[in-house]
Amino acid sequence: MGAACAYYAARAGLAVTVLERGAVAAGTTGAGEGNLLLSDKQAGPELQLALRSSTLWNELGEQLGGEAFELERKGGVVVAGTAEGVTALRAFAAEQRALGVASEPLDQAQLREAEPHLSPAFAGGAFYPGDMQVQPMLAAASLLGAAREHGAVLRTGVEVTGSLLADGRLSGLRTSAGPVSADYVVNAAGTWGGQLSTRLDAELPILPRRGFVLVTEPLPRVVRHKVYSADYVANVASDSAGLELSPVVEGTRSGTVLIGASRERVGFDTSISIPVVRQLAAQAVALFPVLAGINLLRVYAGLRPYCPDHLPVIGADPRLPGLLHACGHEGAGIGLSPATGELIADLITGRLPSVDPDPFAPDRLIGALA
Amino acid sequence: MTVFRFDDRDIDFTAGQTVGAALIDAGIYGWRLTRRHGTPRGLFCGIGVCYDCLVDIDGNPNQRACQVSAAAGLTVTTQTGTGHDDLAC
Repeated sequence: MGAACAYYAARAGLAVTVLERGAVAAGTTGAGEGNLLLSDKQAGPELQLALRSSTLWNELGEQLGGEAFELERKGGVVVAGTAEGVTALRAFAAEQRALGVASEPLDQAQLREAEPHLSPAFAGGAFYPGDMQVQPMLAAASLLGAAREHGAVLRTGVEVTGSLLADGRLSGLRTSAGPVSADYVVNAAGTWGGQLSTRLDAELPILPRRGFVLVTEPLPRVVRHKVYSADYVANVASDSAGLELSPVVEGTRSGTVLIGASRERVGFDTSISIPVVRQLAAQAVALFPVLAGINLLRVYAGLRPYCPDHLPVIGADPRLPGLLHACGHEGAGIGLSPATGELIADLITGRLPSVDPDPFAPDRLIGALA
Repeated sequence: MTVFRFDDRDIDFTAGQTVGAALIDAGIYGWRLTRRHGTPRGLFCGIGVCYDCLVDIDGNPNQRACQVSAAAGLTVTTQTGTGHDDLAC
């Protein structure tokens, strides 16, 4: 997210310095799957952001060379197990289509044609040609590389400790490497965006939700698209504190198959839970029975940053002039990062934004803190 | 009998040897062909860490030759690529 903000701000002619506590993509971004999904967004502001991001990802693919970050326009296949599930999926897709998200219904035979290894147990589904994927670490590195070509400066191993104020507005940051002056500060700290906002005395409720991703041994192409169960959409939007699981399966350029997605509210604990891993694996096998005979190489845990209303927070903080936020995108951060970065650059430079910024403004969360 | 099968030949082994050790003993240094360039691989680290010595044992691909004990009657086969190329679609 920080890389995308830096890229669009630098491209807009701003002098940009990126402060990164660890290494590039060592926090929220590197622990994701690299999903650029339209299919899972219901009609609303987040879908607008996703549509704009989709256009921008395609542009970035042309301009920066999508090969370098494994941009794959593979499309998504959403499957439903029951006739009711298929009906709900059709209604969901119809609402999205009205806003410009292309999809095609798939019957049982078409599902098998699209995904030959898919279990025959699924009643139907939908194909979303606009779903894409990237390798998130490479994408962050490419964006930062391009930002540097536009003059941005990257400083790793520098932690923000507090704010510098002048005339009632932010004039820079205190950091582990000394003061850094700035006219504007963008909080793109992902899962740690809440903690950073507290250090700047402009607290925001951004909370972590833990998710595991299972990685198989390398395979030839066994899964053609991004394939997931229609339950995934309901789980992302859910407010349940407990464990939620819905299988999301995709192949990668290196041959591994990635299996997500679990969501648990367990604070900043990233330890691996074997029972959850077992359930995820079982769900993936229910989708693709062929995976039962395949070894897992590893499992990684990531924290998805969410706001209480499940919308990202993008825009100026009214309590502290000079501070803008760009975080809380939950599991969709990599997908939504270009439109977010562009919006941040537009808000700073005063250019007319491509996406209505109002639904994402921090103001809505500030009242809730009291 | 202290022999297992490797491709088209019998390999003698001593009790306690791994499949990889027995193959080296028999003068065989490569038993997998990589998936991109088809170059041969055998023991590299020899202690279970690097996953270079993968081989097909009794029809199960991706077994580490350095970790599987040699046993009479095993069928060890040179692995090509991922060992799952038949699943491609």
